Amino acid sequence: MSNTYLAKSAKSMPDSSNGPRQPSAITAQALAREERKENRSMLLLLTPALVMVVVLLILPMCWLAFQSVQTEEGFSLVNYVRIFQERIYWDTFALTFKISFMVTVLSIFLGFPIAYAASRLQGFWANLVLICVIIPFWTSVLVRSYAWLVLLQRRGLVNQTLIDLGIIDQPLNLMHNTTGTVIGTLHVMLPFMVLPLYSVMRKIPQDLMQASESLGAKPFYTFRRVFLPMAAPGVMAGSILVFVICLGFFITPELLGGGRTILVSMLVQRNVELYHAWGAASAVGLVLLFVVFLIFWGINRFIPIERILGAR
Amino acid sequence: MKMLANLRHIRLSQVLFTVLVAAILLYLILPVLIVVPMSFSEARFLQFPPKEWSFRWYEAFFNSLEWMAASKVSLITALVTTVVSLPIGMAAAYAINSSSLRIVRTLQIVLLLPMMVPIILIAAGVFFVYARIGLISTLTGLILAHIMLALPYVIIALLAGLRNFDMSQEMVARSLGMNRFRAFMAVTLPQIKPSLVSATLFAFITSLDETVVALFISGGDNQTLTKRMFTALRDEIDPTIAAISSILILASLLLVVIAGRNKPQ
Repeated sequence: MSNTYLAKSAKSMPDSSNGPRQPSAITAQALAREERKENRSMLLLLTPALVMVVVLLILPMCWLAFQSVQTEEGFSLVNYVRIFQERIYWDTFALTFKISFMVTVLSIFLGFPIAYAASRLQGFWANLVLICVIIPFWTSVLVRSYAWLVLLQRRGLVNQTLIDLGIIDQPLNLMHNTTGTVIGTLHVMLPFMVLPLYSVMRKIPQDLMQASESLGAKPFYTFRRVFLPMAAPGVMAGSILVFVICLGFFITPELLGGGRTILVSMLVQRNVELYHAWGAASAVGLVLLFVVFLIFWGINRFIPIERILGAR
Repeated sequence: MKMLANLRHIRLSQVLFTVLVAAILLYLILPVLIVVPMSFSEARFLQFPPKEWSFRWYEAFFNSLEWMAASKVSLITALVTTVVSLPIGMAAAYAINSSSLRIVRTLQIVLLLPMMVPIILIAAGVFFVYARIGLISTLTGLILAHIMLALPYVIIALLAGLRNFDMSQEMVARSLGMNRFRAFMAVTLPQIKPSLVSATLFAFITSLDETVVALFISGGDNQTLTKRMFTALRDEIDPTIAAISSILILASLLLVVIAGRNKPQ
């Protein structure tokens, strides 16, 4: 018994301040006391941060949960039933998932070549590629939404260019609809895909591809059987990050969707700000939260959450 | 590039790949770059390229009491958020790094929650609480919410530094008679400076960029720049936004440079 105690306490042994002075007096009991003291002080260090998160995040969530099942007649699940029964709620969830899925798939297809190029290039060119990803990443989402509002408007640069090139005759409706939402959202999400992908691809040794080719594999076969499986964790981390952020994204869809592409986040915002319908807002928000947690929980077995979030 | 160079017979695909990468990079960078020349346009309506050049939108921004007040609120909030969230985050990151307790691992996930919970829900929750305790439209309320939002970024950045640091150095300082806090300040902190810098940048930018929570809880004299910009963009596109955006882009370029110099490896 005391042996296991000693073994467990061995790690914290150097912490004991009275250790060097009177080594003969160290007993299992004293060590255990030191360890308890150490644990207490570590928990104490965590306290301020925990208080912030508990008071401003966890308690409010509990409050919302309470609101969502509370009506004038007492406990009721009417707010949750509404999500499944009323068309507008159901459609909003469906559209949110559709757009999130589209943006995730598109960001894989657009993000993969960039990350690949950045990981295989060297020096100036690699930096150039990364800078083109990082500058938008650090630029305010509002600024980027503004840029897209200007670019995508009826007489905007995109329509003008397409007309000048003779590709179209009439300007296209590129914003205040789903197209605008997807273009703007994809622009915000792409760095979230490229950065984790790049950090995984950079670690794939070049020798492996050369080995595969020297053994007679065609380039595409090498790519598919050697490179792709090793890049898969990056694709996975990036996709989860993009999909989850998309599910709750508000600013860009609100500005570029022009009130016509209603997503779950807008449903929450409108229910709170316009209708003061806390029950409905809470229920919608908590269903969203449940989906997000389900995704994180599922992925946590393959990639630790901290690593996915750390990619930001 | 060696691999590609070996495959002379697929030159065409190499060219296509380069074009593809260039096109995607343009999609990423062009919208950011295009805002700057537009901010110097004379016209009331947005056009590109501008026909006449002027500083009128910059004048409009710097001469507007509302925009100036909003900028001040945003800057103060971001500064205070950074100054407060760094020590709180540092304490938490230190504890997570040093403790082997099982509960600390769980608490670590709890501390990452502000990054996982959809921001719109956080905004609704904070609004709900603030409405009851009278913190709506106050600077204090805004700063407290932003500290909570910045904490996970600060903790992740600092943890990355602490994990690469050999804690036995701190032990040595303590065995030589320094108390734990002094040993940390004298030995550990100077050596994790790069992650301290990135934690600072993350905290500052998280607060400065934050829009959704500010939309719900900031108001009156304490509206943030982001809230004013969002409202202006939703109602009518005012070219003053182009000037503000250019200033913000310049600021983020500056941050990219600082962050780039920060990691020489």
